[in-house]
Amino acid sequence: MNPRVSRSGPLPDGTADVAVIGGGVVGAAVARELAGRESDGRPLSVVLVEARADVGDGTSKASTAILHTGFDATPGTLESRLVRRGYELLGEYAGRAGVPVERTGAVLVAWTAEELAALPGLAAKAAKNGYLECETLGAEEVYRLVPALGPGVLGGLTVPGEAIICPWTTTLAFSLDALARGAHVVLNARVKGVEHDAGEETLLLTSRGTLRARWVVNAAGLGSGAIDRLFGHERFTVTPRRGELLVFDKMARPLADRIVLPVPSSRGKGVLISPTIYGNVMLGPTAEDLRDHADTSTSEAGFAFLVDKGLALMPALLQEEVTASYAGLRAATEHGDYQVHLDAARRYLVLGGIRSTGLTSSMALAEHAAGLLAETGLVTSVRDDLPDPPRMPNIGEAFPRPYACDDLIGEDPAYGTVVCFCERVTAGEIRDALASPLPPADLDGLRRRTRAMMGRCQGFFCGAEIGERLAPLEEPR
Amino acid sequence: MNVTTPDVAVVGGGPSGLTAAAGLAAAGLRVLVLDREREAGGVPRHSDHTGYGLRDLRTLMTGPAYARLLANRALEAGALVRTSAMVTGWAGERLLDVTTPEGRLRVDAGAVVLATGARERPRTARMVPGDRPPGVLTTGQLQNVVHLHHGRVGTRAVIVGAEPVSWSAVLTLREAGCRTVLMTTEHARPESYAAFSVPGRAALRVPVATATRVVRISGRDAVESVEVEDLRTGERRTVPCDTVVFTGGWIPDHELARAAGLAMDPGSRGPVVDNTLATSRPGVFAIGNLVHPVDTADVAALDGRHVVRHVQAYLAAGSPAASRTVDRSAARDFPYTARPSGSGTSPGTGTGGAHGDDESGNAGGRETGGTFADAIPLRAEAPFRWVFPGLVRPGAGAPPRRRILLWATEHRPIARVVVTQDGREIARRTLPWPVSPGRVFRVPSSLLSAADPRGGAITISLA
Ligand SMILES: Cc1cc2nc3c(=O)[nH]c(=O)nc-3n(C[C@H](O)[C@H](O)[C@H](O)COP(=O)(O)OP(=O)(O)OC[C@H]3O[C@@H](n4cnc5c(N)ncnc54)[C@H](O)[C@@H]3O)c2cc1C
Ligand SMILES: Cc1cc2nc3c(=O)[nH]c(=O)nc-3n(C[C@H](O)[C@H](O)[C@H](O)COP(=O)(O)OP(=O)(O)OC[C@H]3O[C@@H](n4cnc5c(N)ncnc54)[C@H](O)[C@@H]3O)c2cc1C
Repeated sequence: MNPRVSRSGPLPDGTADVAVIGGGVVGAAVARELAGRESDGRPLSVVLVEARADVGDGTSKASTAILHTGFDATPGTLESRLVRRGYELLGEYAGRAGVPVERTGAVLVAWTAEELAALPGLAAKAAKNGYLECETLGAEEVYRLVPALGPGVLGGLTVPGEAIICPWTTTLAFSLDALARGAHVVLNARVKGVEHDAGEETLLLTSRGTLRARWVVNAAGLGSGAIDRLFGHERFTVTPRRGELLVFDKMARPLADRIVLPVPSSRGKGVLISPTIYGNVMLGPTAEDLRDHADTSTSEAGFAFLVDKGLALMPALLQEEVTASYAGLRAATEHGDYQVHLDAARRYLVLGGIRSTGLTSSMALAEHAAGLLAETGLVTSVRDDLPDPPRMPNIGEAFPRPYACDDLIGEDPAYGTVVCFCERVTAGEIRDALASPLPPADLDGLRRRTRAMMGRCQGFFCGAEIGERLAPLEEPR
Repeated sequence: MNVTTPDVAVVGGGPSGLTAAAGLAAAGLRVLVLDREREAGGVPRHSDHTGYGLRDLRTLMTGPAYARLLANRALEAGALVRTSAMVTGWAGERLLDVTTPEGRLRVDAGAVVLATGARERPRTARMVPGDRPPGVLTTGQLQNVVHLHHGRVGTRAVIVGAEPVSWSAVLTLREAGCRTVLMTTEHARPESYAAFSVPGRAALRVPVATATRVVRISGRDAVESVEVEDLRTGERRTVPCDTVVFTGGWIPDHELARAAGLAMDPGSRGPVVDNTLATSRPGVFAIGNLVHPVDTADVAALDGRHVVRHVQAYLAAGSPAASRTVDRSAARDFPYTARPSGSGTSPGTGTGGAHGDDESGNAGGRETGGTFADAIPLRAEAPFRWVFPGLVRPGAGAPPRRRILLWATEHRPIARVVVTQDGREIARRTLPWPVSPGRVFRVPSSLLSAADPRGGAITISLA
């Protein structure tokens, strides 16, 4: 573990230039960005503060993982601009850091006359968002692209730029990059209170003690509204909007080699079918407003809804086994756009209400944040001594993984020792994850780093073996 | 990449694969067994209770002892057994890609025997909603944790399912100091009621809730309770517990079979085989729980014994086209006149041309056993979900143990079996054992002896 990562013990002392609250994809991107900037010739000192035991353990782990072009955003919003910019930035960064991305493309499918009639409008909206590649299709062409679709397709619209990405590797890459740039990552530290002293400092009262920072960036996702209130604002309320998803066996993957999107209509927002970067197919998400900010349970009604939709969209998909189901909570607010506000007097910036596009826009949000802080004079320039981005272990199915790499196994037999059979995760990858600068805190964290135990058997074969390899983590931390 | 060229590659070193390997090696063939686990033996390795070996070895022993014995027999017979060797896919008809710690391996085999077994459906595949804490497992994982890794489990368990394997879970939990507070089954009576009424009711004292399903698991960091629903009344109640074990609900480990494009049985989800255990791809055979999920280990092992002569015959014929055998002695039970060539009905689930009709075209000779493609489809009606074998190849001898295996979804106290072909009844018999869900129902293959080898599909149902 990198000495600047901590899950327990004393907090870093001194005063950081910036504390970023929230180690989701947005907070991690912001920490990475700001750790790469200078203030008057001196690198900014940054601390990322996360309530949970790991980064990327909130909404960021439970999305549909699409790298959006932003074709359907509301033109003119900050979200529209940042999604478009984030698409470029993250697409490029992924290539350098080895974050798996597959450029699958998407097709919106119309099943009713109303949906069919909406397609030209969507193409026009895409153009307003600066996206010009959409093309309308007849039913036959849609079936040619996705032969497994159920009967009743009337037409479609292609969005060739839509892509799938690994959300877990993305957040980890940002975090590791931030660490390499000198940031601290403070885990298991929930911010519960804020105090301002007379001078230049803000005191963050966390479950692990007090942190001092000159500036605070609030990227607390579902918690962003509560933190905003700690800073004295009444600007927005976060309502968790649950999205449940079903993930189907890898055997289903040939059915869906591109993203199948619903056309928004008076029937409500439909569900999508998407290949996943791990070689599965997912169906979802639902959309349901909840009260409990931590209720990521799945529900009978959610499953029934998805099965019903899935049977109509792609009957063959429902013949396959479900290998996972999960729910993510979108940080929805009463506003139609991201809640980005700078409070220079309190040296505070909020990036809240990043509802359903935050994975895509994360790097653009970080760039935007750095821009706003530059206006305040905190940030003066980009450092010229930045390390290369980390090279992330590939857990995407479309790229070579260790079990299939003869030269890697030749150098180290651990990469030829398959431990998780369904996902083909080797002993070498598990060992590397446990020894990484930001190791997992539990099985779920290992799963996000390696795919171990996320497959069809869910541990029937390897659960005990993996549990044993994880045993060192059980020790008090 | 290293290439090796055995006569036979056996994928999976469980009871079925090891038994096949021992027989094939004893017959003088060069046999390579590939198993992805660190040790061969399959599921019995971690099933540390007695109940193994009855039908194949005529003795009873524990799972681990049975696993060791079968592994040793395969080795003694001269088979090469490679462990930590995972077959990851196909590079050709009988060409396998394998990952081992010593590097990637390509196995260019004369014949391939798939013996990859079956697993229990986990919670996710059963779509049980709720929170997703740790402490929710399958019997396989439970036994791995307790017997092979000596790990801990909780103190109060709910077991989903009441099949033989579910009682195996009760025993393992007890050994680990965990009490089973409830067993649930969606069926109106426990599936293994007869077999376990004594230990179940008396010794283990486990309450069984019949016609009950688990509708939710609660607890964010650890399991706190499950919610169960009485299917008769719709009533729901909460059962506090810290461990949930999903048992049974078998699905074959069919990834390689599907990756090969073999004809699949939609009921069992394993590859379709005929009475010689041949699949739709010439020279590729499938045995054990992969093709009947699941029967006991000895039955799986006897598939391994059965397949030997058919693999031998396939290899002896020297070409993929000649995958045929006649076994006059065993043929008694079966329609033994070969079907005239060319009149082949496509097999049960027909993947069209996937299994060369070209070969059946010149299969010709009446003395031969015909081919997979001109076999007669065998079907089963409700309450059966699948029947094994899915194809009857006339003239090729009886299926393993002269038994047709079926899987029922409902209980029937009295089993009046009716066999029809092309709408004509060819046999009817009341069998002395009941039809029970959660365990295989066995029918003597002699009930098919009146089938017309030139006729169409044969159907098994209950009167
Ligand atoms: C079902 C679903 C599908 C989605 N699909 C997509 C998609 O396809 N493409 C896309 O681009 N986006 C998608 N999104 C949106 C995307 O996942 C989110 O916008 C993004 O993850 C938000 O990241 P975040 O960092 O703001 O929030 P989070 O990941 O929730 O991170 C916030 C972090 O702050 C921490 N925190 C909260 N309060 C405190 C506190 N008081 N002290 C310390 N730490 C605190 C939390 O523990 C959490 O880790 C989807 C979302 C959902 C739910
Ligand atoms: C908890 C439990 C209790 C049981 N109790 C009894 C009992 O008391 N008595 C009894 O008779 N039966 C019992 N059974 C059933 C018995 O274990 C099975 O019938 C038997 O193991 C089936 O043998 P098999 O060879 O078909 O498959 P398995 O034993 O499942 O073996 C399959 C093998 O294939 C290997 N494999 C799979 N895919 C690959 C690949 N791609 N590459 C390399 N190797 C691969 C696996 O590692 C495994 O070793 C029990 C089963 C369970 C789960």
